[in-house]
Amino acid sequence: MVVCSVFRVTSRLARSQLSAQCCSRALYSTEHKPRFYTKKHEWVSVNDNIGTVGISTYAQEALGEVVFVQLPEVGKEVAAGDECGALESVKAAGEVYSPVSGTITDKNSEVESKPALINKSCYEEGWLFRVKLSSPEELKQLMDQATYDKYLEEH
Amino acid sequence: MCSISRTKALIVPRFLTPKQIVPATLRWYSDESKATKTPLYNLHNKYGGKVVDFAGFLLPVQYSDLSLSESHLFTRKSASIFDVSHMLQTNVRGKDCLSWFETLCPVDLKGMKNGSSSLTVFLNEKGGIIDDLIVTKVNDENLYVVSNAGRLAVDKQHMKETSELFRKKGKDVHVQFFNTSERALIALQGPKAASVLQNVTDIPINDLMFMTSTLGKVAGVVCRVTRCGYTGEDGVEISIPAERAEEVTEALLQFDDVKLAGLGARDSLRLEAGLCLYGNDIDESVSPVEANLTWLIAKRRRAEDNFPGSSIILRQIKEGVTKRRVGIRMETGPPARKGAVLKDSKTSETVGAITSGCPAPSLGGNVAMGYVSETLKKSGTELLVNIRGKDVPCVVAKMPFVPAKYYVKK
Repeated sequence: MVVCSVFRVTSRLARSQLSAQCCSRALYSTEHKPRFYTKKHEWVSVNDNIGTVGISTYAQEALGEVVFVQLPEVGKEVAAGDECGALESVKAAGEVYSPVSGTITDKNSEVESKPALINKSCYEEGWLFRVKLSSPEELKQLMDQATYDKYLEEH
Repeated sequence: MCSISRTKALIVPRFLTPKQIVPATLRWYSDESKATKTPLYNLHNKYGGKVVDFAGFLLPVQYSDLSLSESHLFTRKSASIFDVSHMLQTNVRGKDCLSWFETLCPVDLKGMKNGSSSLTVFLNEKGGIIDDLIVTKVNDENLYVVSNAGRLAVDKQHMKETSELFRKKGKDVHVQFFNTSERALIALQGPKAASVLQNVTDIPINDLMFMTSTLGKVAGVVCRVTRCGYTGEDGVEISIPAERAEEVTEALLQFDDVKLAGLGARDSLRLEAGLCLYGNDIDESVSPVEANLTWLIAKRRRAEDNFPGSSIILRQIKEGVTKRRVGIRMETGPPARKGAVLKDSKTSETVGAITSGCPAPSLGGNVAMGYVSETLKKSGTELLVNIRGKDVPCVVAKMPFVPAKYYVKK
């Protein structure tokens, strides 16, 4: 996602919280399918060719408390990199881009009514939408957890 | 009503890469290396402030204990301290300081009582707003001015040049700018601000009315305390000698009713209060009349017709203008941000644009300000606002969106 922010974020504190959360979250990923990340901080986790998409801890921290969520309509065709939703916090707006190509099969109506779920649980309850992959090989273009963690550290 | 827009607009779309997110205390990239620390910089870090470069100053957007909307709501029900040391504080002295300042602003300083303050604007020759500011008439030979950090260089130059010219005419006026190593400024805002402050000051706070100012001891330190603010709440701004700023702030933070708040809450609070942000809602291209700030043109000054741009502004007051700043309310949907285009709900014709907007924590939904065609300024007028390609309904609304709670005589 791209955050159009009023302010550039984040302090040392937020950064240290981030790494702590990454560690605890990493435990989940052994129970579920692995997550793959975009450079714009969306993640996708694929099960039976259906990808679940959300934003990373890093992105939700940068955005702050989400207060409005706009998600793609079910049935919509998307290409990898297409803008297909938006998240708004008090201070910033962020567009969501699909990490993969395919057809939207589901959206998380729970986060539409409770946007803060994205801050509370960006990898579990705060998922955004599901997409049936038309080009599963695109996953190879994305970063795995270790690469993404390194990407965050290096940049 | 009143108060001042105190911060520079920085709503710039950015591609947020990790490179741009830098731990405040560890390293700063080239464009941030020149950013100035306020006297409360260490305190911000101590209390978990998320520090950013704002108009060249290192200031917290928020603190780790509260989200932005929690901090906003806490201010409305209790009290918050904001570090506003980035604002330019200026001391003006001299027998002719009132007449000099009146050559820059449409304010009636001569008609003001000693110890009273007023919102006013520096105007250019076309009647455009160079900056908005609060001027306090300490007495006939001393003014205290607080203006925007984002206009610091412009304001300094403007005051320096014009005062030099004035002196060349044999007049007595001297301008002294305080930098952040000399003076800090904090805003204590919220319904509990006054009672908390009374615990640590010898100033009789119940006698300090809205838009009045006095010197007094706060936590044992002589400060200038002005009953004003930028949140729509009752509160004060306290100008403190830089080296004592931390101890005064800590003394106020001893009370459970007080928490620190950052630039994020400050922005949503001022928007709900209908207060302008310089660089967003007002700038040199708009006049006070267009900005719906006609009340800033003092009666005596209208009669005298001798402030910068007065012929244009007086004509606008008489004959009207083509666009006007209005409040925009959306009870649901995405917030309209700066730059979003406003359209007529029937013809879909472009009729204006949003200048600032955000979700409204106290009200739910969203609030915004923008300029619309004069014919559409009436509150209740239904418009459309284009957000990410979609036209969303919105309505022109009276400001302040949240009733002001200023400490005025009833």
